[in-house]
Formats: sequence, C-alpha cells, structure tokens
Amino acid sequence: MSARAKPPPVVFWSAMVLIVAVLIVLPFALTQIGTTWVRVTNLALLYVMLALGLNIVVGFAGLLDLGYIAFYGIGAYTYALLASPHFGLHLPFWVILPIGAAMASLFGVLLGAPTLKLRGDYLAIVTLGFGEIIRIFLNNLARPINITNGPQGIIGIDPFRIDGFSFASYQKIFGLEFSGPTKYYYLIVALVAVIIALNLRLQNSRIGRAWEAIREDETAARAMGINTTNLKLLAYAMGASFGGLAGGVFAAIQEFISPESFVLVESIMVVSMVVLGGMGNVWGVVLGAVLLSFVPDILRFTVQPVQQWMFGRMLIEPEVIRMLLFGLALVLVMLFRPAGLLPSAVRKRELAERAE
Amino acid sequence: MSLLEVEGLEVHYGGIRAVKGVDLVVDEGELVCLIGANGAGKTSTLKAICGLLPSHSGSVRYSGQEISKKPVYELPRRGLVLVPEGRGVFPQLTVAENLAMGAYARRDGDVARDLERMHGLFPRLAERRSQTAGTLSGGEQQMLAIGRALMSRPRLLLLDEPSMGLAPLMVAKILEIVREIARQGVTILLVEQNAKLALEIAGRGYVMESGVLALAADSKSLLADPRVRQAYLGEGAA
Repeated sequence: MSARAKPPPVVFWSAMVLIVAVLIVLPFALTQIGTTWVRVTNLALLYVMLALGLNIVVGFAGLLDLGYIAFYGIGAYTYALLASPHFGLHLPFWVILPIGAAMASLFGVLLGAPTLKLRGDYLAIVTLGFGEIIRIFLNNLARPINITNGPQGIIGIDPFRIDGFSFASYQKIFGLEFSGPTKYYYLIVALVAVIIALNLRLQNSRIGRAWEAIREDETAARAMGINTTNLKLLAYAMGASFGGLAGGVFAAIQEFISPESFVLVESIMVVSMVVLGGMGNVWGVVLGAVLLSFVPDILRFTVQPVQQWMFGRMLIEPEVIRMLLFGLALVLVMLFRPAGLLPSAVRKRELAERAE
Repeated sequence: MSLLEVEGLEVHYGGIRAVKGVDLVVDEGELVCLIGANGAGKTSTLKAICGLLPSHSGSVRYSGQEISKKPVYELPRRGLVLVPEGRGVFPQLTVAENLAMGAYARRDGDVARDLERMHGLFPRLAERRSQTAGTLSGGEQQMLAIGRALMSRPRLLLLDEPSMGLAPLMVAKILEIVREIARQGVTILLVEQNAKLALEIAGRGYVMESGVLALAADSKSLLADPRVRQAYLGEGAA
C-alpha cells in the first residue's frame, strides 16, 4: 500500500489534544448561546454517524445506497418499541442499542442479498425502493395489530438512564451545570469517536482492501480469491448497524419519533454529506456531515435578521434559501472539487490523472 | 492423475449452447493452449472451469477434486488462478497495490519477496510501481494482470487471451513471458486467438470450433495440420 505522508508525532498529538479539548468545552460554550445549539450539535453528530455508516457502503465498497435512512428508522423504532409506554416495555438502553444495530444490519443483509448482482443506477433504484418500503411499513403497521402506531408515531420514549442517572435531565456535577443535551453530547461524541476509529481501522485492513478491489473490478476481485458475496453483505450489514445505532440515540433524544423523520430527502442528505465531504475519506465524510447539518440551523437563525437589516422585511423564507444554497454548494463542489472537499487518496489520484 | 481434468463440460446461455461437451486435460508442468475463432466458446470454457460461469453439466476436477460447484474465491487459495479477458486490473490502484492484491488469498507473509520477483520478471512494472494501473499501456496492463496472478503463487494459471488488443511486438513479448513462467514450473492453460504464436510456445493444443473440440494434438502436428493452417494461420485453401 502507498505510504501516506504523516505529520510528525508532536504535531499530530498536539492537534489531537486540541481537538479533544475543544470537543470537551464545546457544549458549555454553546450553552452560553442557548441550549438549542447543543441539541443542534447532537443531531449534527448523529448525521456524522449516519454519514460514516453510509461511507462504508458507498465510499469503501462502492455500492450506491439511496435508502440508507431506513436503517436509521429501524434503529429508532427498535428503541422506541422496546422503551416506551406503547408496549409497556422499558428495557435499558445498553440492551436496546445493540439490538437496534443488529436489527438494522439484519435488514442491511436483507437488502444486500437480492441486490448482489446489481450495480450503479439499478442498485440505486432498488435501494431507493427499499427505503420507501420501510417508511411505508412504519406508516401502516398500525392495523390490524398496532405495532408502529402509524403516522402518529410513538411518544413518551424513555431517555437513556442508568439507575438514577438520567441523560435527559439537568444536573449539577462537581459544580458544573450539565443540561440534558450536554450529557447526550458526551455520549454521542464517544460513539462517534468509536465509529471513526472503526472506520479508519477498516480502511487499511484486509477487509478494506477487499472492498477497494470490489469497487474497482468485481470480476477481477473474485478471481483474486475475494469472497465478494460475503464482503458486500458485510459492507451492507456494517453500514446499516451504524445507522441503527444512530437511530436508537435519535429516538431517545427526541423522545418522540414518527415515519416523517425517515423520508427519502433524509437519505439524499446523507448521500450528499458523503459525496460532498469526499467518498471514502473518513475525515472528509465527517466534514461533509458537520457542514450540511449545521448550515440549515445557522441559516435559520441568520436569514431573518440579515434580511430585516438589508430590506427592512423578510423577502425569502429560510427554507427556500437553504435549498438554494444547498444546490449551489453541491454544484460548486462538483465543479471545483469533484472528488469531495477532502477526497480519499484513491479518488484524488483519479482527479490528478484527469488533469494530466 | 492430471492437474486439471475437464469432462463433458457444457455451458449454456439461456437456450444457447456455447460449450457442448468439452473434454480436456492439463498435466502438471504443461503449457497447453486452447485456440479457436471468435465465439468458439474458449472463454466460456475457461470461465466455467474456474466457476465464474455456472456449468450446465460435466465435471471439472482440479488435482483430483471436483471444483465445478466450488465458489470462485476458494480456487486461488488452492492455486488455481485466472487472468481474466480484458486484463481486469484495478485502474485506480497503483501497480504495487494491484500486485499486493494478487496475494490476497495467501496467508503467509512473504509477499515482499514475491513483489521483488515480479519486478525482476517485469522491469516495466518496477519502473511504474507507484503509477496507477489505469495509466499503463495495454501491454503493461497485461503484464500487471499476469504478475498479479503470479503473486498468489499459482499451480495452474488460466490465461484468457493475453494478446487481445495488443500491438504485434507486445504480443510476442507477452507470450515470451508466458513461456518463461511455464519454464519456472507453473502449469498453464492458455486461451488464444493468435493460434500461431500460441502453438509455438505451447507443448500441446486443443482447437475449439463452435462449442466443441475439433482437434487435439501436440503443437507441432497442429502447426502442420492443413485444417489448422487453413482456418487459423491465414493460409488460403490450397
């Protein structure tokens, strides 16, 4: 494998210490502006988890998936059904989160198995259909037996709790004030860190190299002795499990979920995060997810005052501006950085070759 | 016992019988070629041998074991490796990465030494080791595909038209390399359209015509056979 230029250890470790310090202080700083921003950050971090999960399928194995949000939904509903008054079940979260991840990866395999021979556009269409099927099931599994409670969704979902310690409530620990979202924040940051580490390890592993070969030329990969069937299913399962995990956390934070959170646009958003950030590059994907999930909220809080100040009244709704800027950003990125903001090493090469 | 024994192999594409009962054997240490015109079923035969195509009937035994129902990915581990038609290098990976990928099926850690061996066998690849495979010329890609297959230390190498789309000089060079590999003790089944060159380096040959083996003999007699000369060596009907 190619040797990547590594920064000297001093630089690397001081950068790491700085990042960790920023991540620790961040929620307290954000609380100064408003607890909402901690909530926004938490949701952004969930998108980071989703984008990293999808990156395994799209970025590593090269399998386009337009129905990825379904796994998020499966994880969320698994958590909701096992920890809410809906069935009267209140299992602890550390039991349900793995179940949710397992359920999602099971569905990942269910999606992967029949589509093993499909590639590109055809695979995109099937996965898109899969995402819609899951959403429609969630919408309609209220009759004859009420499983999902249909479009009304499920309310009163338990927050994460360990004995008396609840992640949802305000608390003073060692004189520091922890709001609910702040506590969730640390938990999610830890989960994201684990997922990033897994992604990085996977990329340079035997499995990661096999995925790379499959993405490049599947027949040749098979002739090389790579079990393409199992490895593609593994990619689906692993990608889906991260989605399921994120879904479980989402359900607990929101304490309410409905099928509306798992629509096609969400899938497209996650794909955009991966593509915009740089398919196959873990840090690029993180960047893409953070940018795309924060920008709408920043706009929501800035568009109105800015327009008031410029025109004296609001001319364009924030939502409209958001889609406008989003489209513009995608076009610009694809024109000037077609492999994403931080392209993966392999895709960067592709770019350099074209420029020759 | 031969290294590879194919009996009554049939390959169907829907209702079309592309390979209609092929029997062939390759002994350990041999370089055998399978020649024939376009569409005779050579590639289908080769793909069916290594499981990339499902065979309709017949048996394929490799070192005494039936492999026609075995999954493709298991065969490289047993030393049966295909160099696919059209080369099939990984275009975005570097030459070195492509070669390393060839050793995927191996569990021992001696890959670095084999990499050196490949650089000795293909000096062109050594020069271009950090270049991506997609930027290589057709001939270099073919060298890379063969080198990548050799990285798995095959016992039996299946080569599917290594001369395809190459300039005559490069064809001669590639086939010279194939002969060299055979000399080093790798058993080879070579599928070729370029009958003359293939027969010149092979010990024995099979001639395939519309799904069946029309002729089987040692290379010398095939080269002398008037039917072969007329059909494949470009000599007009006498």
